[in-house]
Amino acid sequence: MTKRQNRMTLVALLVAGVSLAGYLGLQAFNENLLYFFSPTDVVDGKAPKGKSFRLGGLVAKNSVKRDGLKVNFDVTDNANTFSIEYVGILPDLFREEQGIITTGSLVNGTFIATEVLAKHDENYMPPEVADALKKSSNK
Amino acid sequence: MWKWIQAFASPQNFYYTAKKIIPWFLYPFIALSLVGLYWGLVIAPVDYQQGESYRIMFIHVPSAWMSMFIYLVLAISGGIGLIWQIKLANVVAKVSAPIGAAFTFLALVTGAVWGKPMWGTWWVWDARLTSELILLFLYLAYMSLNNAFDNPKTASKASSILAIVGLINLPVIHYSVNWWNTLHQGASVSSIEKISQPAIHSDMLIPLVIMGIAFKLLYGALMLMRARDELLIREQNSRWVKGVIMEGEK
Repeated sequence: MTKRQNRMTLVALLVAGVSLAGYLGLQAFNENLLYFFSPTDVVDGKAPKGKSFRLGGLVAKNSVKRDGLKVNFDVTDNANTFSIEYVGILPDLFREEQGIITTGSLVNGTFIATEVLAKHDENYMPPEVADALKKSSNK
Repeated sequence: MWKWIQAFASPQNFYYTAKKIIPWFLYPFIALSLVGLYWGLVIAPVDYQQGESYRIMFIHVPSAWMSMFIYLVLAISGGIGLIWQIKLANVVAKVSAPIGAAFTFLALVTGAVWGKPMWGTWWVWDARLTSELILLFLYLAYMSLNNAFDNPKTASKASSILAIVGLINLPVIHYSVNWWNTLHQGASVSSIEKISQPAIHSDMLIPLVIMGIAFKLLYGALMLMRARDELLIREQNSRWVKGVIMEGEK
């Protein structure tokens, strides 16, 4: 092998080694990299018990009840649902059928939230297009 | 072919060729960014969910694209420098790093400013945001490692290896929103199933793509300008640099 081929092999080995290490590392930390748990994950017992964790899902339709700064609402993934209790200011994007991520813990089946963040999807369109899409999907 | 590459990559030749092609990057950048900004900030419609706030995307998304693109340039030219020992490749990698770091910083800052009103927080430690922050640290580590050696050849060797090792972060950034639950939303533009039916309405997508091209051109111009300066410093003892200084550029 010439010197250049030698160096080429070394760089190729470097790339292969790093990819393998990265793959194994990501596999090992896969669970820790999940930012939130869905209601179904919680029912399946994947969320930590007795500790604070993040719950993500859609705000259920007709579930938001406000009482001053106190808000009660349901978060669902269309399979399982949890009721949330939160005192504080909600982000602008918070509304029914909107994705949210909330931090808190389960107390007697109710999720007492300390933080509520809005999650939006990757779709961007003018309001007229959104309305038209909604109408056609309701038909 | 090999002869041609070596001739082009000779410092003196590159110094003069770069001077000629810089305007071909700079002026289209100015024109496209003006068109793209006007289109994105004034003509494009409001978003059905986010209203006017989504318009920061026209800076945020191209910056994030550039942060990853420039890192790829860093790793590839670092690899070329290691294997074929072409001086010019090391120069390109070295001068690109601060530009890439700046774009990464811009992507993080505009993302935070966007996140506060929409998500309700400046920062969360989700996979997308964290991996992009790691990218910024990789750039900073690359720059400090490159400056830690007196001998530019040793500096290039060490920092190129770092650049190649850090390459693993790029797929992590790109796929983080698919592999894990994140607060950051999924990809709107660069996924294969989205090509026939993009997640962004065309009135918003076109200015976004224009800004993406404009930022690439800006990088091209900045990189060539910085590469010319770096070549003068590295080749300061050669005859052609003395010629440039004594007699001016031909």
